[in-house]
Amino acid sequence: MSLTPLTKPWFHAPAGHEKIWLGCAVLWCFVMSLMMPYWHFRGKQNSTGEAYTVKPADFLARTEKFVAANQVGTYKNTQHNALMPELPIVEPPAGGDAYLIGRMWHWYPALRLRLGETYRLHLSALDLQHGFSLQPLNMNFQVLPGYDHVLTLTPTSKGEFTIVCNEFCGAGHHAMSGKIFVE
Amino acid sequence: MPTPSHSLSAPGTPGRVCGTTGLGVCLDAQRFIKLNAVAGIVFLLLGGIAALLLALTRWQTVHLLPVDWFYRILTFHGINMLILWILFFEIAILYFACTTPLNARLFSRKIAWVSFGMMLTGAIMVDYIIIAGKADVMMTSYLPLLAHPLFYLGIILVAVGTLVGVFNFFATLYVAKRDKAFTGSVPIVTFGATAAAIIAVVTLLHGAVVMIPTFTYSMGWTPQPDPAWYRLIWWGLGHQSQQVNVCAMVSVWYLLSHIIVGARPINEAVCRTAFVLYILFINLASAHHLLVDPGVGATWKIWNTSYAMYLAVLASMVHGFTVPAGVEIAMREKGYTNGIFGWVTALPWKNPAFSGTALSVVIFGFLGGITGVTLGTQQINIIAHNTLRIPGHFHVTVVGGTTLAFMALAYYVIPLIFQRDFIFRGVARVQPWLFGLGIVLLSFGMSFAGSMGVSRRSWDIDAQGVYGPAAHLWLGVLGIGGVLAFVGLLVFALLCVGTLFFGPKIEKRAMADWGTPPALAGSQSGSLAHDHYATKGTIVLVLVFLACFAVYYFANWKALADVWPVR
Repeated sequence: MSLTPLTKPWFHAPAGHEKIWLGCAVLWCFVMSLMMPYWHFRGKQNSTGEAYTVKPADFLARTEKFVAANQVGTYKNTQHNALMPELPIVEPPAGGDAYLIGRMWHWYPALRLRLGETYRLHLSALDLQHGFSLQPLNMNFQVLPGYDHVLTLTPTSKGEFTIVCNEFCGAGHHAMSGKIFVE
Repeated sequence: MPTPSHSLSAPGTPGRVCGTTGLGVCLDAQRFIKLNAVAGIVFLLLGGIAALLLALTRWQTVHLLPVDWFYRILTFHGINMLILWILFFEIAILYFACTTPLNARLFSRKIAWVSFGMMLTGAIMVDYIIIAGKADVMMTSYLPLLAHPLFYLGIILVAVGTLVGVFNFFATLYVAKRDKAFTGSVPIVTFGATAAAIIAVVTLLHGAVVMIPTFTYSMGWTPQPDPAWYRLIWWGLGHQSQQVNVCAMVSVWYLLSHIIVGARPINEAVCRTAFVLYILFINLASAHHLLVDPGVGATWKIWNTSYAMYLAVLASMVHGFTVPAGVEIAMREKGYTNGIFGWVTALPWKNPAFSGTALSVVIFGFLGGITGVTLGTQQINIIAHNTLRIPGHFHVTVVGGTTLAFMALAYYVIPLIFQRDFIFRGVARVQPWLFGLGIVLLSFGMSFAGSMGVSRRSWDIDAQGVYGPAAHLWLGVLGIGGVLAFVGLLVFALLCVGTLFFGPKIEKRAMADWGTPPALAGSQSGSLAHDHYATKGTIVLVLVFLACFAVYYFANWKALADVWPVR
């Protein structure tokens, strides 16, 4: 009884329907726990969490150097409430490193990537925590100050993509955005 | 000197005999069950008002609050619902579970006062400083965001006050055992509550480890803790505390299905093992929130999100079978044997405690459980992290599951402990349905909008210019669901408070029956005790559940396979 102490003998091996369900449940849990290591080796989308500690000032310096060396144009944001009306468009070398800063309240710089090429995208924040959310693909990664979070990324669709911030970072959070163009 | 007896039947013990169940009630425990339950419901109402404002803001067409108040009220909502309402009500449940079922008296009145005083002081501090606009940091208060020191101090006080209350629970268990107030192992309701209390201790210790250095940092006494470390430890508090809710909720399922239908667990050994699995395999659930974080590797993420082959998920799947199976056996023994689901149609669906429990089981399992395991899968988290899919998941676990179960419990707690029958009983019969429907709509709105990339904790989606009419439509569904759920919550709070003042008093008589299925002629209690194939309806239901689970799970892998390759 649910409200009275347990009486002896208390142990009964599962039987009948209970045994069937326990079997199904154990099997299902086993399948789910195998899916993740399977996908890690066979699947193409994984979050390995590759990261290095970095001082925000150092990351800013690396990004400025990257922008100076690879800028190919200027992006003018025509959204009426854009917090950053202009961003440099930067094209990293195929297979090379790209740097992206999250800060209150924009992603810097805008990136131009080539379809099918693989890039090492370094993400870090200069002030608060931010959320890298690539739309409309809906790929999401956490960005922390003090950590250089490296994504090895291969664009497989063309077009204009918007980086939304999806970690709360103050009053301008909802309008914090950035751009990735894939050609 | 003789050992003081803590048995309720000992002479001089402040107790009474319940006029409905014939069980003993400790008057000290009764007072603190009342105090904590009322405080909980007040914070539930505050959090509910906040919820309405938030739903009407995220409903993009209405967009009610200005930006600063949106984040302020969002912080307030999280703290009042997930911390204050739940913790106060859980302390009330713990005080019940360690006294009446064990025929024991509460260990210490003074300790109960200290616990209640600390929790209430801390709660008022936190709520005040949020509304004053000095803690717009969300419930998670991720560093380097920084709130006023009172915010952290208030949370620390609530946590320590809760720990003191949990200590009172354990002390009561100990002296009840020592004084032989009961014989044998504790009843399953107490067992589940004990599991909840053990997890609560581990949880609250995480809270202390993360909140104390954050508090000293906010005072300027120590350097800033590392943001990644903060996330790891904070979620040891934030996620594990949800497992406290799960344990308490499952105990309430066992309690109410027993009180209303006469259900008993079909196999206590299995049910109790499932509670132990919760204790053992939930302690790394913090990982669920770090699946796309830098600094923690793939192996760590994969291992810790499945905590040794999903044994905590297995535990929930066990309870998800055992609770309806117990109900089915009890109904069949009462003579409702028609077909596979004849017992379901004969269930007391107009009894708000029953409908609340049944909806809690279904919403928690079918919606909350399936989405939770899927979103917590390491790689799938890439297409879900920090989108509205996450609140879409936890509103059907902690609100549609835990809060609805606790509401259902209140329909018995108020007559049995406060000794007053409910007013407007017809309205009460509709309340769980209204609240449940609202929460399900809210969750669907959030989940689908989240699948379209709409982020959580965002004041305005139009600023980005990337979300189309479908996302706006689902935010409208979120808004309508939020309004319905708020009306359900308001009705609940008004019924409870109104009953406390105006409900007809119950003195030495049974409470008015909400509706319990009578045993039919010729039926015999215990007649199916050895029939292991009697739960035909339940096994069909759980297999349907498993099919839904598998479809949703693999559909998400497919969706993941469609995004850019990333490592």
